[in-house]
Amino acid sequence: MSKISKEEAKRIAKLARIAVTDEEAEKIGPDLSNILGWIEQLAELNTDNVEPLANVANIDLKKRKDEVTDGDMQQDVLANAPESMEGFFVVPKVVE
Amino acid sequence: MSLTDLTIKGALEGLKKKEFTAVELNQAHIDAMAKHKDLNCYITETAGHALTQAAESDKRYASGNTLKLDGIPLGIKDIYCTKGIRTTVASRILENFVPTYESTVTSQLFAAGATCLGKLNLDEFAMGCSNETSYFGNVISPWKSKSEPNKQLVPGGSSGGSAAAVAARLCMGATGTDTGGSIRQPAALTGIVGMKPTYGRCSRWGIVAFASSLDQAGMFARTVEDTALLMNHACGHDEKDSTSSPREVPDFTQSVGQSIKGLKVGIPDEYRIDGLPEEITAEWDKGIEWLKSEGAEIVRISLPHTKYALPTYYIINPAEASSNLARYDGVRYGLRVDEGGNLNDMYEKTRAAGFGPEVRRRIMVGTYALSAGYYDAYYVKAQKTRRLILQDFEKAYEKCDFILTPPAPSAAFGIGEQIDDPIQMYLNDVFTVTVNLAGLPGLTVPTSLNSDGRPLGLQLIGRSFDEETLFRAGAAIEKCANFKAHPFKGDAA
Amino acid sequence: MSNLIKGNTGEWEMVIGLEVHAQVTAQSKLFSGAATEFGAEPNTQVSLVDAAMPGMLPVINEYCIEQAVRTGLGMNAKINLHSVFERKNYFYADLPQGYQISQYLHPVVGLGEIEIDMEDGSTRKIGVTRLHLEQDAGKSIHDQHPTKSFVDLNRSGCALMEIVSEPDMRSPEEAAAYLNKLRMILRYLGTCDGNMEEGSMRCDVNLSLRRPGEEYGTRTETKNVNSIRAVMMSIEYETQRQMEVLESGGQVVQETRLWDPNKLETRSMRSKEDAHDYRYFPCPDLLPLEFDQAYVDKIKATLPELPDQKKHRFTQEFGLSLYDASVLIAEQNRAFYFEEAAKGNDPKLTANWVINELLGALNKAGLDLSESPVNAKQLGQLVARISDNTISGKIAKDVFAIMVETSQDPDTIIEEKGLKQVTDTGAIEKIVDEVIAENPKMVEEYRSGKDKLFGFFVGQVMKKSGGKINPAAANELLKKKLA
Repeated sequence: MSKISKEEAKRIAKLARIAVTDEEAEKIGPDLSNILGWIEQLAELNTDNVEPLANVANIDLKKRKDEVTDGDMQQDVLANAPESMEGFFVVPKVVE
Repeated sequence: MSLTDLTIKGALEGLKKKEFTAVELNQAHIDAMAKHKDLNCYITETAGHALTQAAESDKRYASGNTLKLDGIPLGIKDIYCTKGIRTTVASRILENFVPTYESTVTSQLFAAGATCLGKLNLDEFAMGCSNETSYFGNVISPWKSKSEPNKQLVPGGSSGGSAAAVAARLCMGATGTDTGGSIRQPAALTGIVGMKPTYGRCSRWGIVAFASSLDQAGMFARTVEDTALLMNHACGHDEKDSTSSPREVPDFTQSVGQSIKGLKVGIPDEYRIDGLPEEITAEWDKGIEWLKSEGAEIVRISLPHTKYALPTYYIINPAEASSNLARYDGVRYGLRVDEGGNLNDMYEKTRAAGFGPEVRRRIMVGTYALSAGYYDAYYVKAQKTRRLILQDFEKAYEKCDFILTPPAPSAAFGIGEQIDDPIQMYLNDVFTVTVNLAGLPGLTVPTSLNSDGRPLGLQLIGRSFDEETLFRAGAAIEKCANFKAHPFKGDAA
Repeated sequence: MSNLIKGNTGEWEMVIGLEVHAQVTAQSKLFSGAATEFGAEPNTQVSLVDAAMPGMLPVINEYCIEQAVRTGLGMNAKINLHSVFERKNYFYADLPQGYQISQYLHPVVGLGEIEIDMEDGSTRKIGVTRLHLEQDAGKSIHDQHPTKSFVDLNRSGCALMEIVSEPDMRSPEEAAAYLNKLRMILRYLGTCDGNMEEGSMRCDVNLSLRRPGEEYGTRTETKNVNSIRAVMMSIEYETQRQMEVLESGGQVVQETRLWDPNKLETRSMRSKEDAHDYRYFPCPDLLPLEFDQAYVDKIKATLPELPDQKKHRFTQEFGLSLYDASVLIAEQNRAFYFEEAAKGNDPKLTANWVINELLGALNKAGLDLSESPVNAKQLGQLVARISDNTISGKIAKDVFAIMVETSQDPDTIIEEKGLKQVTDTGAIEKIVDEVIAENPKMVEEYRSGKDKLFGFFVGQVMKKSGGKINPAAANELLKKKLA
C-alpha cells in the first residue's frame, strides 16, 4: 500500500504547481495515502489480457478540413488576461 | 396555483393561451429567487437578462411565431460558459471570468426560446456530492428533516444549485453536468427528475471540462415529460466536439406515456450492497412492483465488477482532472497571485490560492496516478477495469432492456456531516459512477419522501443511445409513484 | 573514414541522434481553424481553442494527418493504421493547456530510414525511429522587459511532425547530411517548407560519447539548434565539453541543454529540471486515429519521385556522375529544370550547362532558380545548338551571357548576331586557302617537319572566321591542304 511521505507529497504538489507549506505537506501525505490505499483494492482484480478503455465513444475520430475558420480575435483572447501589453500576454520573467 | 409551480408543459400552454406573459412567468421566478436567496442556489443572478429575453418571447407569442421553449425560465449550472455572463465553476480561480463565447448546449436552449435566470451553484469544478466544496458557499436543500427541522440538508452534488433551484421552484428547469452522478444523485436528494444522456449525446463544447471521458451534460426538471422536452434541445451533434455523436436526436417527449408492457427490467444483484438503508431497498422494491404492475418483466442480472467501479472512477476522474485543470495557471484568464517571484512561484501561489481543498486533493491524486512509475498500476489498471465494467453492461443488456437501481445509497444528509471524510463522500457515487464509466444514459425519477420527509427516488440505466426507453419507463414510474410533495407546502404527499 | 576523436586518454566516438520538429505545411492549425502564417501581429492567429479557454475542445485537421502519412511514406517508414493522441503534461507560459497534445506510445509513423550522401560520394542509411504529430507551443519573448516575459500564442497549436532518428550518426558532417536530406525530402513532398530561420524546422541534438565498441554513454539533449551550421557547431562544442568531463573522471549529467547562438555554447536549462515526468495519457477529448491501408495507398499514389530515386535515375538513365546527380536533385525545381532542358539533348552536356553555367550565373546575380532569366526550354535550345554544330561551345557561352541579360531565345541571338558556324565547305576552303597563301614561310616550315605549327594555322583560320567555323572541319581541311 502506498504511503506518501511528506517529501513525496511535496514532489507531487510541485509537479502539479500547487504551493504547499511544510505543515500542509504533513497533512497531504496521510490524506493521499488514505485515498490511494482505498483505490488499491483494484490490484486484487485480474486484468490480464484486458484491453484498456480510454473512451466509450464508439465513433470515428472527427476530422476538419484544412481551412482557416477561426482566430483573428485578439481582443477576445486577451479579454480576461490578468496582464497584457501590446497584444501580448504578460507573465513574470521566465529565466532559461 | 403559483406560476412557479407550473410544469414547463403547463407554462407553455398558459403562455400560448395568453393566460400570462413570459415576463410575468420570469418575474415570478425572479421574486422566488429573491425570497429564497438563503438557499444559495445562484452564484450569479441575471434577472435583467431573463426579462429582456422574456420580452422577446412575448413578442413572438404576440406574433404567433413561437419557439419550442419560448419564455421558459431556466437556471444554468455555472460550469456552462455563457457569453458575457460570469462563469465561475464555483471556484475562486475563475471568480471573475467572463467568457466571450456561449456553450453549445446553452446556445441551443436559448435558441429554442428559453431564458436565463442566472448561474447555478455547484461543487467547485463539479468535484463533490453535496455542493459543499463551492467557493461561493454551500447550497441548502429546500427540503427539511422532520425529526430535526433545524438541520440543513445537502442538495447533493455536484449540480446541487441546479437541483435545489428546480425543487424550490426558483427555475422551471436547469442544466446540469454528470461526471459520476452529479445530475442523478442531486435529483434524487431533492425530489426532482434528472437525466444524464449517453456519452456523446450532448456537446461538451463550452462546458468547463472536469473529466473529459466521463463528463456529460444533462437536464433537470420536475416531471419526466418536462425533462424529455428540455433534452430535445440540449442534445445534438456538434462538429466542435470530437466525441459528440452524429446520431439523430429523437423527440424524447414521444416516449412519455408509451406502455412498458413486455419491457425487461434488469435488477443487478451487486447493487444490493452491505449496509444499504432499509428505506432505500424498500423504495427499490416498490419500483420493481410498479414496473411489474405496468406489465414489465423483471430479470435478475449480474454486473460483477460493480465493486471496482468506485476505485476505477477515482483514478480516471482525478487523472483527467489533473490535466484538464492545468490550464488554470494565472496566465490568460482567472486569478493570478503574483508576489514578485518567478513564473513558477506565480503558478504555485495562484493555484494554491485559487483551488479549494477537494480540487487540490483530486489534482494531486491524479498527478500521482499518472506519474512515472505509477501509471500502469493506477491509470492503465483503471482503464482495463473500465472495459470490464462496460462489458458487464453489454452482457446484461442481452437479457434486459433497462436497469433499475437506487440512485444513491441514502437520502439527503446534513451539511457538514461527511465533508471531512473524502472516502465517505466518494461512496455517495456508488450507484452512479458505473453509468459514466460505461457512457450509458441514466435517469432519476422522484418517488417518495422517507419517514423523515426527505426525498427518495429511483435510477433507470439504459442502453447506449436508448434514452427513449428511460423516458418511457421513467414516466411509468412517475405515474405509479404519483410524487406530489412540495418542499414549501408541508405534507402534500 | 574514421570519425573517432582523440582525447588525452584515448579515442572517443560520438553517438548522435536528432529530433527534428517540422511544421506541417497547412493553412490552419492541428486542432483549430486559426491560421498558421508566419509573422502576424501577436495573438491574432489564435482561436479560443489555442488559448485553452475553459471548455474548448480540439478537432483534428485531416490534411495534417495526410501530410504526416505522406512524410512517413517518403522515409520508407511503416505507417501505423492505429495511432493515439496523448497529453504530455507540463507547465510553461507558452503552453496554454498545461499539456501538449502529442503522440507517445502509438505514433502515426514507425520505423523508416533516410539515405545520406557523404562528401566522398559514399552513402549511409540512418534509421528513423518514428514520426508523430503534435501541437506546437506559443512563443515567449524574454528581452522586452526587465521583469516580465511576453507571450504570443500565434504558433500555439500549429501542427508539428516530430521526426526522431536512431542514434546512428557519428560525426557533425553526418548530422548535417541527415538534416540536408531530411529537409530535401520534406520539401519534395511539400509537407514542410524546411525553413529553419522562421522556425518551421527545428532540431534538438542528442549526443553522447563512448569508447569505440563500448556501450552508449549518458547523453545530453541540446535544444534550440536552429540551423545546420549550428547543429554542427553544437555537436563540436558538446563533444569537447563531454570529453573534458569524462577525461577528468567526471560523469556526464543526463539533461536538457540550450544552444546559445551568440556565445556559441550549450548550457544547462534549469527550467526543464523537473520536466521529465510528463504524465502522458491518452487525450480523452480525441479518439484514436484510425485509417485503412487504402487510405495510405491513395496517398502513396500521389508521392512525387523522391530525391534518392531521382539521383539513382539520373546516374543510371542519363549516365550522370553521382556528384552531378546530387547537385541536380538538391532542389526539386532544379531537377525539374534539368529534365526539361535535357529533353532531346545530351544529358551530360545539359547537366554541365545547368550546374556550371546556369547555377553559376544565378549565384552571381543572387537569384533563385525560380527567378532565372533563362528558362529550361531556352537552355535546352542552347545545348541543342552546340550539339548540332550550329555554334561552338565557346560561342555558346557568349550567347548564354546575352540570354542572361535579355531572356531572349538562343536562336534569336544566334540569328541576330550572325553567330552561326560556317558549314559551307566552299567558304571554309576559301578561308583556309587564304591563310595558306598569306603565310608561305610558315607553310614551308610546317611541311619541313615543324608539326607544332599546325595550331597556328587553326588559330588563324578561326580568327579570320570570327570563330564561326567548326574547328573540326577547319582541322580536316587544313590537314589536307598542308599535306
